[in-house]
Amino acid sequence: MIYLDNAATTKPYDQVCDLVYNEMKNDYVNASAVYDYANHAKSVVDRARRDIAQTIGAITDEIYFTSCGSESDNWALKAVAEAYSNKGRHIITSKIEHHAILNTCQYLESRGFEITYLAVDKAGNVSSRDLLQAIRPDTILISIMMANNEIGTIEPIAELAKLAHERGILFHTDAVQAYDHIPIDVNELGVDLMSVSGHKFRGPKGVGFLYIKRQVKIGSFIHGGAQERQRRAGTVNVAGIAGMGLAAKMAHESLDLVRDETSKLRDYLACKILSTIDDVELNGPGLKDNRLANNLNVIFHGVRGESLLIMADREGIAISSGSACATGSLEPSHVLKAIGLSDDEAYSSIRLTVSELNTYEELDLAVSKLAKIVEDLRRIRRERL
Amino acid sequence: MKKKVVVGMSGGVDSSVTAYLLKEAGYDVIGVTMEIWKDMDPAAQALEGGCCGLSAVDDARRVADVIGIPYYVMNFKADFQKHVIDYFVREYQQGRTPNPCIACNRYVKWESLLDRALEIGADYVATGHYAKIIQLPNGRYTVANSESIDKDQTYVLYNLTQDQLAHTLMPVGDYDKSQIRKIAEEVGLPVAHKHDSQDICFVPDHDYASFIERETGLKQKEGNFVDLEGNVLGRHKGIIHYTVGQRKGLGIASTEPYFVKEVRPESNEVLLVRSKDLFADTLYCDDINFMDRETITEPIRVLGKIRYSHKGAMCTLSLENDRLKAVFDEPQRAFTKGQAAVFYEDGHIVAGGVIV
Repeated sequence: MIYLDNAATTKPYDQVCDLVYNEMKNDYVNASAVYDYANHAKSVVDRARRDIAQTIGAITDEIYFTSCGSESDNWALKAVAEAYSNKGRHIITSKIEHHAILNTCQYLESRGFEITYLAVDKAGNVSSRDLLQAIRPDTILISIMMANNEIGTIEPIAELAKLAHERGILFHTDAVQAYDHIPIDVNELGVDLMSVSGHKFRGPKGVGFLYIKRQVKIGSFIHGGAQERQRRAGTVNVAGIAGMGLAAKMAHESLDLVRDETSKLRDYLACKILSTIDDVELNGPGLKDNRLANNLNVIFHGVRGESLLIMADREGIAISSGSACATGSLEPSHVLKAIGLSDDEAYSSIRLTVSELNTYEELDLAVSKLAKIVEDLRRIRRERL
Repeated sequence: MKKKVVVGMSGGVDSSVTAYLLKEAGYDVIGVTMEIWKDMDPAAQALEGGCCGLSAVDDARRVADVIGIPYYVMNFKADFQKHVIDYFVREYQQGRTPNPCIACNRYVKWESLLDRALEIGADYVATGHYAKIIQLPNGRYTVANSESIDKDQTYVLYNLTQDQLAHTLMPVGDYDKSQIRKIAEEVGLPVAHKHDSQDICFVPDHDYASFIERETGLKQKEGNFVDLEGNVLGRHKGIIHYTVGQRKGLGIASTEPYFVKEVRPESNEVLLVRSKDLFADTLYCDDINFMDRETITEPIRVLGKIRYSHKGAMCTLSLENDRLKAVFDEPQRAFTKGQAAVFYEDGHIVAGGVIV
């Protein structure tokens, strides 16, 4: 299989797989137990926490382990909403957030909160001017993603967080696609809360973390035992956390190198597609602009994206489009609609996200197969009309 | 080269066994579930087992796994909304009784699915309908009665075009329903004992009136029940609650039963008659689809079915001013505007149309 869907998930490092296996096999004792046997597991978790904190310039105690990015998003939004509901009930986010943010916001709306969903420009950028206009005396939280999963736009978080703080408003960012893909320093950025997910930077699935700045006082999302300093219950996932810690460290160390390699591969892929296939248009920021190095998203005009995906699958290429709904069928992407695409254009759009594991030969092969598929689909459509 | 076929899998027994039979027959089978309806409340879906909800997809996916075929879910919501839901609502509002399954078959299951099946390299589509597709000596394709007499579904397929029929396989039509369940059991398909879906797939609670009110945002207006002389007999709840031939739910006390004869949207009236006035021997159809021949130039003797559950009755069929005219040997009960009339000869469909 030629895997071009790294925004969906990434292949874990071999060393991470080995570590997770070993931890499961040899370190299975409950990390919260009192006996000495548990101390090793505790130290493994501690080590991971420290390593991760270092990657973002945070204090160790500011890292809280969760099961995934969605949980971190839910925790941040719901807990802030609850803690500050006496101060105000207005939250600002953007139209292009991941559903973990959007659906949580919709839920909060049903609980009496007011949400402003900021529009974005053609490249997916959130503007500080728009944010400023949206801020009200009763705004208690602003949540803007650091980088968009569909079109790769990198948002000006430092600028936006500054606006929030000048008005005493908490700032959360969903950094699931950004973490260890772009350098992050929480102090420079000035964020109060940040969500991250392990499987997007070659760590395990089923584990993530929420960065909570020391002074921020919010309640729990998952109540129960005293794990994570009584802020997030649930038996500590030692193996997963160890794996994520190692992946975080490895990805951080190689960040610049990998980003460089990845953008070269992505640019090559883009160039190949645009020169081989007619009537293709780029979605999102320019490749040299504020865009994630691995992300490519294009409209294949006159082609049904769904059929293209299925045909690509039958040719052994893994790519994606829009967002899968519960059944696994495609809906037109809300992100593409937000940057101004029509339904047709959204249905014809494909996302390709590379990794450092792809080779130029793979990309050549993928493009030649895609070219044939696109040609066939366009021909069939002409014939059937 | 193996021929490719896309099987529309609803998660039910018939389409599941269809996929199995075609694989056994040597086709390259791809299972597809058509997602047609908005995200429903999962609890409501599970209760009714309505077609193509989440649980239907799970079932179809499991079956595909057992049989060993690739499986995809495709999004047909826009097509379904336009060709089925909107049509359904419009017909009721115009005083007719629609048959959404027929519209779905023609525009969604065949036109849209076939287009997409061809796009992904298939030569055919296949469904679990109890019907046979045959090609006649004159080169025309037609739909013939299945081996399963009580489950025969040819009526809902009258509207298919020659191109659509030429690209369709219906293996289940060669079997009786009990045989199909047996095959499912023997093969170990997880849906072998699943209940057949009843009623309209997108209105799982059978409450069409509420559904239409929700879709349109308009509350139904009450109006008068009238008789043939124009006397007012009572008040009705809103015209969408009534269909021709209906006796129940009228709320009128009387010595002899009343039946709905006509729904009049222009005056918001519903015409009630006694049983004897419900019968007639002549009907007209437009929106004609000729199946086993291009047209009819002189009257022919055929068996006419005026609704899905109708057993069929002999009539003389002719073409009059672009309309099909059917004169039945015996008066038939409750010709209903909006319903399809389908005409058969030698166990296969000659033509069909919409009753006007």
